[in-house]
Amino acid sequence: MSETERDEHSGVETTGHEWDGIKELDNPLPRWWLWIFYGSIVVAIVYWVLMPAWPGLNGYTPGLLKQSDRADVAEELQALQVQRGRGEAMLATASLQQIEADPDLQAHALSVGQSVFGDNCATCHGAGGGGTRGYPNLRDDVWLWGGSLDEIEHTLRVGVRAAHPETRTSQMPAFGRDNMLTAAQVSDMTEYVVALSGRPADAAAVERSRQIYADNCAACHTPTGVGDQAQGAPNLTDREWLYGSDRDAIRGQIHNGRNGVMPSWEGRFSPAVIKALAVYVHVNAGGAAEVPGVVEPAP
Amino acid sequence: MTIIIDRTRDRSKATGPVSVAERQREKEKPKGLYKARVPIYPKLVHGRWRWIKWALLIVMLAIYYVTPWIRWDRPGVLPDQAVLVDFDGGRFYFFMVQLWPQEVYFITGLLVMSALALFLVTALFGRLWCGYACPQTVWTDLYIYIERLFEGDRNARMRLDAAPMSFNKLWRKTGKHAVWIGAAFGTGGAWIFYFHDAPDLIRTFWVGTAPMTAYVSCAILTFTTYVFAGHMREQVCTYMCPWPRIQGAMLDDQSFQVTYRYDRGEPRGPHKKTETWDGRGDCIDCNQCVVVCPMGIDIRDGAQLECINCGLCIDACNEVMDKVGRPRGLIAYDTDSAVAARSCGQKPEHRLVRPRTLYYGIALAVVGGLMIWGFSVRPQLDVHALRDRNPAFVRLADGSVRNGYTLKIANHGFEPTTIDIRYAGVPGAVLRSAGRPVETPLRVAVEPNRVTPLRVFVTAPAEQVGSGSQEAAFEIRSDVETRTVPTAFEYGDPQ
Repeated sequence: MSETERDEHSGVETTGHEWDGIKELDNPLPRWWLWIFYGSIVVAIVYWVLMPAWPGLNGYTPGLLKQSDRADVAEELQALQVQRGRGEAMLATASLQQIEADPDLQAHALSVGQSVFGDNCATCHGAGGGGTRGYPNLRDDVWLWGGSLDEIEHTLRVGVRAAHPETRTSQMPAFGRDNMLTAAQVSDMTEYVVALSGRPADAAAVERSRQIYADNCAACHTPTGVGDQAQGAPNLTDREWLYGSDRDAIRGQIHNGRNGVMPSWEGRFSPAVIKALAVYVHVNAGGAAEVPGVVEPAP
Repeated sequence: MTIIIDRTRDRSKATGPVSVAERQREKEKPKGLYKARVPIYPKLVHGRWRWIKWALLIVMLAIYYVTPWIRWDRPGVLPDQAVLVDFDGGRFYFFMVQLWPQEVYFITGLLVMSALALFLVTALFGRLWCGYACPQTVWTDLYIYIERLFEGDRNARMRLDAAPMSFNKLWRKTGKHAVWIGAAFGTGGAWIFYFHDAPDLIRTFWVGTAPMTAYVSCAILTFTTYVFAGHMREQVCTYMCPWPRIQGAMLDDQSFQVTYRYDRGEPRGPHKKTETWDGRGDCIDCNQCVVVCPMGIDIRDGAQLECINCGLCIDACNEVMDKVGRPRGLIAYDTDSAVAARSCGQKPEHRLVRPRTLYYGIALAVVGGLMIWGFSVRPQLDVHALRDRNPAFVRLADGSVRNGYTLKIANHGFEPTTIDIRYAGVPGAVLRSAGRPVETPLRVAVEPNRVTPLRVFVTAPAEQVGSGSQEAAFEIRSDVETRTVPTAFEYGDPQ
């Protein structure tokens, strides 16, 4: 090694490192700094003894303190269940209307509902509940089985065409596929349904379908086509269409009669959670007030 | 006669008089890779700066200990402590001011102002913070005072440390450390009162039911106070604190610093009463400035990293100058340029207004102005409108379009209030809150001191439905203020 360089001004040796003419002086480190370094080594050894540290073939050295993050999490989850129990109890004893009218209960129900909805309902209905073709939009005011708090809760409990013994069920026949109507009759009926929703349609076809509608459709969809939520028959006069609004989509539905399935959630969620979910869906669908005597003015 | 000392000279080749400190330092030149701490035994000194330091020490310690005990009446269940950092409640209370977590920028602003004020003061008057106000300095001063009570002044302490263990040494050392630890515990103990109701905490602390964070914080503060003020002292400033290095960038030749006026002092040397003062400097090399220095340096070496500008050497030197009958101020708060001017026989000029101080001053005024402005327009009622993104709009059965919003209504006041909410920008639009009857305006009761979330829906009638997005606003009116919260209404694609 070459001779060490000495800084002219301070008389301290340099490390030999130089940056843009600035030389690093080799000043000694304070000794206590060294002791802190030794101290950390000692602490590390103590840590190995006390805490889980070394991996082995069948697990690891558990340490004298038996510290386990896994056990801690289990304990915290337990505590969380207890804490949630209080909220659940509040939801369980209050009626749906009370929950929605009380700001605190509503806020609690919304936060529970949001997480449960995101985990279970969003798959079909969309993260915001906006639905998609074949999966109802839960944000609007169009309801197949009723949009009151009680009806929503009932639908959540028993499902639609689900495995629940009391499940809601209705069946749209496949008029074309099952040869109940001819292809021409299905096309005529399409015009009739288009006319029901107030759109221009082939008047002759509408006339030809009038009797067929009365015989086959009016029982569920009612003679005027406004539908019946009691049997889950959609309103044909509004602007919302579960399977699409254009003629092809309507013809396809008359021909094939698609019937979607909504699972029953009773038994999978506690009654309190189902209530929270019902309030969440109802509030996000506009939360029409269900106070007797209040008339909703048309927007 | 004027003598200019070239402070850039190579000391190893210096032939002139070498101070005691210099010789001491030579002797203690490190032999290995690591340097042991050189113990420092600062001598007690009397004088103007020492007096100011004692006064500031008492004032600052009093502020620190008394503040948490000041009461301030606040309504309801809110804490009655004037200064309180309430982590559980997410609030910072300072007398009549109450800050929410989202207003923490006020504290950021205060910190920025503190930094700028420090820059300005340093550029003007040197390291006043280090010398007088820094907790490290204040507590070290306190600890040296305690040390002196038990072990006596410098010489007695040096003798005691050199002496073999005896009963006398044992009880003095034990007593000193006991009181040190007590003072450290008092420091840590007072700290936690800033985060919890003090009268409540002082009770629960002793019965063992206080939060674990209180015990841990108290223990940490006790430990650091004892170690930093008792044992590490100047090492904290020299090795751990970044500020001495940063401050070098703030100082210039017009900054007042504790300065040895070498133009007056050199050449230095011992002086007998009968000797003349002609042809020599006023410094009699008595080393008093070195023995009183809490940093263990020789101010006559010039401005240096270790010097905290506490001014104790000024007091020491003045005492000596009085004794030998020379004018005071051989060591004084002075500027480099003044010393240089005098050594060339010119009249020194002090310029407080310089580009540097001007910039710092303007920056400080700007940030301060922003803070005052921000504080004066701080609303009692803070409302944010979060528009639903998914779905952005909902088309209803009759063709009307509805948008959903979550209003976050923050009432910073201490009183419950009722607000009226209107929606403007979409003709014929109906505003409704979930679970409530329709009313115009929408009346909502807002709890004090919290954020009330409110789900609201706005429906635009079918005949008004446009396309795309339209600007709109919530108009919020309370008893005291009116706020307009801009938002948008989304019609979606035309059908």
